[in-house]
Amino acid sequence: MAAAGARWNHVWVGTETGILKGVNLQRKQAANFTAAGQPRREEAVSALCWGAGGETQILMGCADRTVRRFCTEEGRFQGQRHCPGGEGTFRGLAQVDGTLITCVDSGILRVWRDNDKETSSDPLLELRVGPGVCRMRQDPAHPHVVATGGKENALKVWDLQGSEEPVFRAKNVRNDWLDLRVPIWDQDIQFLPESQKLVTCTGYHQVRVYDPASPQRRPVLEATYGEYPLTAMTLTPDGNSVIVGNTHGQLAEIDLRQGRLLGCLKGLAGSVRGLQCHPSKPLLASCGLDRILRVHRIRNPRGLEHKVYLKSQLNCLLVSGRENWEDEPQEPQEPSQLSSEDTEADELWASLEAAAKRKLPDLEQTSGAFQTRRRKKKRPGSTSP
Amino acid sequence: MEKTGGSLKKGLKRKRAAEEPQEAAVVEDGATDSGGQAPKAAAFPPGFSISEIKNKQRRHLMFTRWKQQQRKEKLATKKKLKKEREALGDKAPPKPIPKTIDNQRVYDETTVDPNDEEVAYDEATDEFASYFNRQTSPKILITTSDRPHGRTVRLCEQLSTVIPNSHVYYRRGLALKRIIPQCVSRDFTDLIVINEDRKTPNGLILSHLPNGPTAHFKMSSVRLRKEIKRKGKDPTEHVPEIILNNFTTRLGHSIGRMFASLFPHNPQFIGRQVATFHNQRDYIFFRFHRYIFRSEKKVGIQELGPRFTLKLRSLQKGTFDSKYGEYEWVHKPREMDTNRRKFHL
Repeated sequence: MAAAGARWNHVWVGTETGILKGVNLQRKQAANFTAAGQPRREEAVSALCWGAGGETQILMGCADRTVRRFCTEEGRFQGQRHCPGGEGTFRGLAQVDGTLITCVDSGILRVWRDNDKETSSDPLLELRVGPGVCRMRQDPAHPHVVATGGKENALKVWDLQGSEEPVFRAKNVRNDWLDLRVPIWDQDIQFLPESQKLVTCTGYHQVRVYDPASPQRRPVLEATYGEYPLTAMTLTPDGNSVIVGNTHGQLAEIDLRQGRLLGCLKGLAGSVRGLQCHPSKPLLASCGLDRILRVHRIRNPRGLEHKVYLKSQLNCLLVSGRENWEDEPQEPQEPSQLSSEDTEADELWASLEAAAKRKLPDLEQTSGAFQTRRRKKKRPGSTSP
Repeated sequence: MEKTGGSLKKGLKRKRAAEEPQEAAVVEDGATDSGGQAPKAAAFPPGFSISEIKNKQRRHLMFTRWKQQQRKEKLATKKKLKKEREALGDKAPPKPIPKTIDNQRVYDETTVDPNDEEVAYDEATDEFASYFNRQTSPKILITTSDRPHGRTVRLCEQLSTVIPNSHVYYRRGLALKRIIPQCVSRDFTDLIVINEDRKTPNGLILSHLPNGPTAHFKMSSVRLRKEIKRKGKDPTEHVPEIILNNFTTRLGHSIGRMFASLFPHNPQFIGRQVATFHNQRDYIFFRFHRYIFRSEKKVGIQELGPRFTLKLRSLQKGTFDSKYGEYEWVHKPREMDTNRRKFHL
């Protein structure tokens, strides 16, 4: 039943133990999905992205250099493909037009043909981006454009349909007041909508905005936050600010028009590994090394909405962008459920029966996949009760 | 005239008992035998509290009298309750358990369930797996912050007698990030750094070596061997047993495993020595004892060795790198210490 209800999960989280967790915030449940039925640390999830066809498929990049495909409608893994080349884990995963783009730590960016029949074939395109890549991000508006950046690897924007040279190569800022070179460590990149600008957050607690359209290759805006490396970043729905997280679990919203700190979000205790805002609602999902997924409300009022303890260290997450988080049916539709025709009493018995039946089919289904469902605590969002 | 105004004019302690009945008789209408009873019940108009008396001496007096009254009432109720219990005998209801902060503790959702497979897998494959699978045995390096004073040096020496297979080295102002690769190449499994401030040790950094987590603790209440009363003789070279008490949450489990991996696997029971890490309310108490069984049920213990209290400040993934390392847990006082009944370990 967890598999059938997988389509209603709001947030998908990848863990260090190789488990993909689907969290339903309405019902406060988390379901585990593994390809092999057992968690394996070699399959630690390092990158997640939506597959083709809306939000029905998830592509999961694992530490053993395979990309697995997961179908949310059916709640099971459908196939995998091995993507060799280069060393290190996946730093970015994207898909466009039936092809798969992967980028690894050592800087090999490859475009693969995405068909299930040929599990490993030669890549369609290979680019060397430079060693020490920390992130590769695809432009949601132009899927053929990707940006890469990393430690001592400046921001570069590549057009996969164009030439082998980057379209935009960022320049380092001027030497600081001691005339020392400022080191580069781009940890996360985002494309700003409705313009060509990019935002990066660095391991030296800086947030920088670059504009390829302007003649200067240096950052147009620079803001700093905190004293610890910023590890994750996401854009807010209104597009004027970003939310960044650092290795101490501090989340901050920074306005990009002025470079000002708008406010902070409390609650996380460990390093932030994944951050994503909902495309329209003011909700932010964050996950990190403290093994808890938190959903905050970013404005009016700013605070914690949901908190879910997921027992492994969380690496990356995906937020479902659909609008109707509250309107889904409260109980999943089962074929054997009694139709609620006669009276309210009948409906009540039907829902009780469905709840009882849900336990039994769960046990039968564990042969295929390692799934558990825990009812989370009925306390939405309060960190200190 | 106002009652309090009148009493202020009199003002002194001497005639207190005599005054009250007079005033009561003068001012109050209804209370006739109030002079015999507690004066406060009769004398004051309603809605008056002792704290409104302006004169400090008089106020203090009224308060002590009130307090004595309260104590007497409390004793009386206790006696009554005791008599009732005796009267009921076996049918008496069980005694109510007093509320303490420990039993009012807020349920932590990260408490580890022993049957949980996912957590069991996570623990079985974490950085301490090689110790718990008996593939490595511990070798500890103990050092301090630069230029340690006497107490810290002596604490290090005593710790090295407590922890088997440990070596103390003088920190010659070397950077930890440079020491760690050297330790790894010499097969050390753990690094302990005792931080010192103003001639007393006040911090402990425990780093598991190949690439394991680093825990940073605040250390307090350090007592060296000579400061412990009724202590036994010096500890022997036998491998001690370990007791880890009350590490219930997931974070507590990680820290507990970290402490366990400091000591070799097979304790030598002949030595009858035991090291205890007892967690209570997020403070970890370290004690080192020698025990002897005097009979089946009775044990005698002697405290040997240093004793100290630790409080976890942060747990960082990876070896020591406080600036650029990723933290698994950081103690944030303004967010985590708001509730007196919530603990994290």
